[in-house]
Amino acid sequence: MSDRFNYEELGLKVGLEIHRQLDTKKLFSPAPSELREEVDFVFERGLRPTMSELGEIDPAALEEFKKGKKYVYEGNYELSDLVYMDEEPPRGPDREALGVSLQIAYLLNAKPVDEVHFMRKIVIDGSNVSGFQRTAIIALDGRVDTPWGSVGIPTICLEEDACRIVERKEKEVIYRLDRLGIPLVEISTTPDIHHPEQAKVVAKYIGDALRATRKVKRGLGTIRQDLNVSIRGGARVEIKGVQELDMIPLIIEREVERQLNLLKIRDELRERGVKPEDIKEEIHDVTDVFQNTESKIIARTVKKGGRVLAVKIPKFRGLIGREIQPGRRLGTEMADRAKKYVRGIFHIDELPNYGISEGEVNAVVEKLGLGEEDAFVLVAAEEETAKKALLEVIQRAREAIEGVPEETRRALPDGNTQYMRPLPGKARMYPETDIPSIYIPPEEKERVKASLPELPQERVERFVREYRIDRSLAETLVNDERDELFEELVGKGVKPSLVASILVVVLKGLKKEVPIENLTEEHIRDAFDLYLNGKIAKEAFEEIFKELARHPEKTAKGVAEEKGLTLLGEEEVERIIDEVIQENIEVIKAKGMGAMGMIMGRAMAKLRGRADGKLVSSLVRKKIQELITN
Amino acid sequence: MRKVEEFMKAHNLEVGDLIRVVKREGEERLTFEGIVMPPYELSPGETLTLKLDNGYNIGVLIEAIEKVEIIEKASGRPKMEFREVLPKREGLPNVRVLGTGGTIASRIDYKTGAVHPAFTAEELAKAVPEIFEIANITPELIMNILSEDMRPEYWRRIAEEVSRALNEGEDGVVIAHGTDTMGYTAAALSFMLRGLTRPVVLVGAQRSSDRPSSDAAMNLTCAVKMATSDVAEVMVVMHGETSDTYCLAHRGTKVRKMHTSRRDAFRSINDIPIAKIWKDRIEFLRNDYRKRGEGEVRVDGRMEEKVAILKVYPGISGELLDFLVDRGYKGVVIEGTGLGHVPQSFIPHVQRAVEEGVSVCVTSQCLYGRVNLNVYSNGRKLLKAGVIPCEDMLPETAYVKLMWVLGHTSDPEDVRQMMLKNYAGEITPYTRFDTYLR
Repeated sequence: MSDRFNYEELGLKVGLEIHRQLDTKKLFSPAPSELREEVDFVFERGLRPTMSELGEIDPAALEEFKKGKKYVYEGNYELSDLVYMDEEPPRGPDREALGVSLQIAYLLNAKPVDEVHFMRKIVIDGSNVSGFQRTAIIALDGRVDTPWGSVGIPTICLEEDACRIVERKEKEVIYRLDRLGIPLVEISTTPDIHHPEQAKVVAKYIGDALRATRKVKRGLGTIRQDLNVSIRGGARVEIKGVQELDMIPLIIEREVERQLNLLKIRDELRERGVKPEDIKEEIHDVTDVFQNTESKIIARTVKKGGRVLAVKIPKFRGLIGREIQPGRRLGTEMADRAKKYVRGIFHIDELPNYGISEGEVNAVVEKLGLGEEDAFVLVAAEEETAKKALLEVIQRAREAIEGVPEETRRALPDGNTQYMRPLPGKARMYPETDIPSIYIPPEEKERVKASLPELPQERVERFVREYRIDRSLAETLVNDERDELFEELVGKGVKPSLVASILVVVLKGLKKEVPIENLTEEHIRDAFDLYLNGKIAKEAFEEIFKELARHPEKTAKGVAEEKGLTLLGEEEVERIIDEVIQENIEVIKAKGMGAMGMIMGRAMAKLRGRADGKLVSSLVRKKIQELITN
Repeated sequence: MRKVEEFMKAHNLEVGDLIRVVKREGEERLTFEGIVMPPYELSPGETLTLKLDNGYNIGVLIEAIEKVEIIEKASGRPKMEFREVLPKREGLPNVRVLGTGGTIASRIDYKTGAVHPAFTAEELAKAVPEIFEIANITPELIMNILSEDMRPEYWRRIAEEVSRALNEGEDGVVIAHGTDTMGYTAAALSFMLRGLTRPVVLVGAQRSSDRPSSDAAMNLTCAVKMATSDVAEVMVVMHGETSDTYCLAHRGTKVRKMHTSRRDAFRSINDIPIAKIWKDRIEFLRNDYRKRGEGEVRVDGRMEEKVAILKVYPGISGELLDFLVDRGYKGVVIEGTGLGHVPQSFIPHVQRAVEEGVSVCVTSQCLYGRVNLNVYSNGRKLLKAGVIPCEDMLPETAYVKLMWVLGHTSDPEDVRQMMLKNYAGEITPYTRFDTYLR
């Protein structure tokens, strides 16, 4: 799939930036790092741009501030403390998080710094209550080796996660505090990845190193992979929010496709002889054309006092409708830019459509005095809003003449990407003076290095070797992070093959029937304890787990009893076997040991899951033999 | 000297120099380029701190540094200059902003990470442009000390600067002050500034002004607003709640810092604040304040500094009080338990103090409520011993007031009379229900 293009020829360059939450306390407060939906209190703040040494304030930030943008924070009494309300100086940093990030550094062949200095990185979109994110370089100069060559890891940082965004309104943004301050490890690579599959390999390797520490969070939103993609002649595009490893090659391929198509459009535009300044900021009111329109959207907007505005995009006819990614056109990119202000735009290449008639299209063409190669874009909205939307469209059209715009894009579930915002400027940082620097003496580095956790792949190999279990079972155990539990249970004396088959095969089978995510390690441990103490048979696990997944509040012991899955004592087993033998005494007399199979079957029907099969079989054999010899 | 200082000296390195170092890392050699940063005070000093081009600071183990090369000296870079005074605008009131230390506005050098206090008019106008819409602001730095280092002689100096500004025709004065002892200074100014006819507002910040979330700018804006109001009193203006919604103006004798770190740490105790200051208006919560008028303000700053506060606790020894008496202290404010009590065993020591001419005042460590020594026998014994029960005065206010009173008289009866006279709203006549924990 990924060999649709000759990436080497295209000069593909990809860099990764991977953020992963650590499963520790918050970075600068011992508050729990959990997410929860209950909101106990709300407060609001403004953020003021700070003046730099040149006596200047970031103009964009100042503009936001002047508009009186408010940030509303929703907190939970148990999870949100004063540190993360910016009402108390930071504590910590969390030693565990620091230790884990040092391990990660060594696992990625990087060199930890000798003294860690936390910095304040200015972020004034409200996502950090303080107006800055605390971040520190933990290590430098790491490396991942791949079959395509080595990829550098210039920095490994430990930083604070930001608030979760709840809602963005015109004058205020609502954030949830719980995520703020969860430790994040940020790993960035050099742009030395030259093939989409290579990106996946690097991401996988980094992900494995992170998981090896067993101190990273799992699940949706705990890992964020950003891709920086460019091709020769194209531009650096930052793609945010890639959740799944398997999507990485597709997203890169699609981005290459997008940049190639944008370059083709650029070449055609140049051939047609259009320059950015040819696209004039002349906005025409064409509302009268749509007096009796069939288009519901336009009719509704006009009725509410809105206007229909149009702009001429010279020489773009046929190109706005040109597909640049499956299902996405240049027009889609224009619409994405305008999205800040309006739901959508109409462009000539897709019309007549959406209730807009050919007559109306022709009228607009005439009104704007369009030539054969010229295009138009329409927006229906309140006048000022419509104008702003069209200015965004004009901006994007001008960029199309230049080629590929540098920007930050959002990954979509189908592998395409969508405009998010311009590339961020250079980070503005200054020291976090409330946190002492942390000296890492050479002895401590040696200690960390000497006790590095096993990488997942090494662990699989060891499981196969040491426990003689199937490789695929070992892989699943490690990938599902059941490996630690596995070793614990084996350590207690359960046969490795049994533990592996229950943790992998049985649980996988149940996945389709019941919500097995409800099953805790505690549940599993308890069930194995019952087994080890001879209270249940191995056949009972499935039934017990099924019930526990449905009712996690129950205990393994409770379920075993309730479902009659507890093993019977030997006397009781013997009594039941005696019954079966008495019921079939004639057959035994007739067939002798030949009746063994049949008796065994009848006995197991009564005893399955309640007595060990071996015990039943030895008892049945003994009883028949006694009968025959007497 | 730590290793880092020795190393910097040996290699002629100054903070701000752009340098390149080569460090040994096992078999490898790592090269770093960055700006030399000041060594952190509490660091063991084993590393040299560099600010890398990506903005991050890191520490490099000095022992492992093999080579140092200076690329550019810091001294070569230009310094910033700002105008001290800006032209006045017709029709706006005039407010002087006195700086006493700390920073109400700051400037960050993102190149070196240094934070500089910004106190010239031009810098203030850039950092907090809103206040220049309210008034013509004249900033003046009168001292530079930390709040916890404040002393009675500095209160006097501040009082003199305030009266000078007002008598020169300013419509109000704002005093930027560290928050730790702002309550004490507010009380001191309340007693020292006699014949006050214009607002005097103390203001501070609980979050440093270098951060985007700082409360400094909003507090300052509200303070300037209050300084142009018609309240001719000494006030403290700070955040009213954790949200950036309004500030409160507290009476200078009734305000206390009640939290170590929150923005809304300052609360009126046993009293309601004078006003709520919103973005667009002042909402007065009472109208019994002293009104703006004409006339010169006068500083009456005589203070007896041999005064102490003594907090009573279970197991306290009377020796502590004896010590103060023996050392020649003229006044002691006791923070008693509950209604103002001390242990029975402590009473003879109080008696002795009074007999030796020491003025002993009683307040409560409850902070909220009024002392009353008539209810229990130990209280009655204290009264008999000759203490002065200080009604609903804050212990800190009583302490400042006692210094001021003793600066004027040493006659025990005069002291008692003055302590119980209400000079600046420090005593309320009766206890309102709505003054507790709000």
